Amino acid sequence: MAAARVLRPSACCRRLLSSSSASCNGGRAAERGERPDSAGPAFRPPAHSRSDWIGPPDTHSNLRPIIFYVPPEESALERRLREARQEAQASNQRFWARHNRAFRQEKEEFIYSRLKAKGLEMRDESGQKATLNAEEMADFYKDFLSKNFKKHLQYNRDWYKRNFRITFLMGQVALVRALRWLRWRKKNVEQ
Amino acid sequence: GLFVWRLRNTGIQQIPCQFVHLYHVANNRLITFQYFNFLKRMYVTRCNKVLSQRAKPKSDSVVSPYHELQQLDQEKKVVNKISPVSPVHQLWSETSSRNELREMKSAAETEDSVIPVGTESKEDRRWKEMKLRLDDMPGILARLSKIKLTALVVSTASAGFAMAPVPFELTCFLLASFGTGLASCAANSINQFFEVPFDSNMNRTKNRPLVRGQISPLLAVCFAASCGIPGIALLTLGVNPLTGALGAFNIILYTCCYTPLKRMSIVNTWVGAVVGAIPPVMGWTAATGSLDAGALLLGGILYSWQFPHFNALSWGLREDYSRGGYCMMSVTHPGLCRRVALRHCLSLIGLSTVAPVLDITTWTFPIISLPINLYISYLGFRFYRDADRSSSRKLFFCSLWHLPMLLLVMFTCKKSVLKKEDKGDPPGGSHETVMEIRLP
Repeated sequence: MAAARVLRPSACCRRLLSSSSASCNGGRAAERGERPDSAGPAFRPPAHSRSDWIGPPDTHSNLRPIIFYVPPEESALERRLREARQEAQASNQRFWARHNRAFRQEKEEFIYSRLKAKGLEMRDESGQKATLNAEEMADFYKDFLSKNFKKHLQYNRDWYKRNFRITFLMGQVALVRALRWLRWRKKNVEQ
Repeated sequence: GLFVWRLRNTGIQQIPCQFVHLYHVANNRLITFQYFNFLKRMYVTRCNKVLSQRAKPKSDSVVSPYHELQQLDQEKKVVNKISPVSPVHQLWSETSSRNELREMKSAAETEDSVIPVGTESKEDRRWKEMKLRLDDMPGILARLSKIKLTALVVSTASAGFAMAPVPFELTCFLLASFGTGLASCAANSINQFFEVPFDSNMNRTKNRPLVRGQISPLLAVCFAASCGIPGIALLTLGVNPLTGALGAFNIILYTCCYTPLKRMSIVNTWVGAVVGAIPPVMGWTAATGSLDAGALLLGGILYSWQFPHFNALSWGLREDYSRGGYCMMSVTHPGLCRRVALRHCLSLIGLSTVAPVLDITTWTFPIISLPINLYISYLGFRFYRDADRSSSRKLFFCSLWHLPMLLLVMFTCKKSVLKKEDKGDPPGGSHETVMEIRLP
């Protein structure tokens, strides 16, 4: 444990969140400790901390970014787990950021076209943004949902697969760690 | 010693049972009142939010008192898992308030970019370490298992148990309730495990433990397994195999059918209604050991109730459902949504009339329940005709008190077990019910 602590400052580094612009292969750019130019979190966890850190929801995707801790003695299995989680995070971030942006954009366009059809301006006299009521928006919601149906099906399949894989890997890692700890304790007891 | 109690058919035996029943009924009422009160409080607060502009958007810590409320909201109408009785949705966010929030958020964002140094520490404070904190675990697990919803599920199962035409057995009742509660916790946890990215994107569900990283997915699954397996085992071995089988079936129906179907087809609403109908059936089978007409009737009443409840609720969540990719009738088939709600309000009247025919209640039940059933049908008709926020809200809030009241009235009109045995007795009391109670 003490040896690990000495190594930590130099050997360990934080794997930052791979943003939508970063590479898709498990965040290889971030592995070198570089921050991707867009949307990388500015937060740096304290050096002594040995756990992951989770941040506030992203403005576009509403997902919370995680900064993963890389222990100096990370095993191959643990690395696979971390990379799977990073990949899933990146993929989710890309999907939802794009999806929410499209939603907002299409909603604006819809409101604009409807208001124009009614002969109204986007902003009324007091400068307030004009909105349509829920019943008028219902057409847009229905349309948007049906347009994105196939995209959602694909994403669901993807998400379920990733989720199961990550949880299974977590289980394996936990099991290995537990066995290691038992072996260590047995050794200590024997001594 | 051996005590033999000779009881005449005067109903002396009823007293201990009645006490338990009264307690249960009072409990039911209490849950209803509390639950309804929470909703009102939440509703009023939301109104205030719209009325009074806040300089700063609310931080997470302020939201937490309403976590429990958020549990009530089950997206789906029904009490899921073993489906909660009333997935109460609380969010009636109005487009205007949301726009306001968005404007506030965008204002905050521009502020942040202008003064990076000042807000950096504020942003930094919002980052949390993902470490397991044992002190927080009870609260986290309660939110993970949607504990309030689970409580409602258990209360419907208890109602099913109470309505069964057999003498009340306390141990069986407690085992059935506890087993149902555990199964419900398991199903709710798995549901949250499956829905993390979707929950993050919906206002109602964005503060759930898995979304916030307070618990790892592995732990959530382990918790679900450690609730579900003992729960089903308890039901199968401690109560009867039929109840255990129904519990297991309901968990699978909720987690493996309803949850994925929500994003594929509007059929999810009907599946969810079945999920909600099963707990009272489980209560009945726990008491009687068999699946008879009375169980199916109680299940039918809960099934029909789900539609006005959920359809009215989902009317106000159309934006979130559309963006989140959920296939709900209110978005894709709005006409059908309102028709189905009305249809099932009316069927509640029909089902209430069938109850005395099946000897579950006396004929006073359809008569006493007619006013409340007519009222919800009237609101259902208004919702069908007007199709606007106010009518959907009225219908939703009505459904919240309608179900507990209906179950209460049903219980008070329950056909007494002894009265049934009475019918065959000649006068003179030569037939006495003899009960042996062995004392150690």
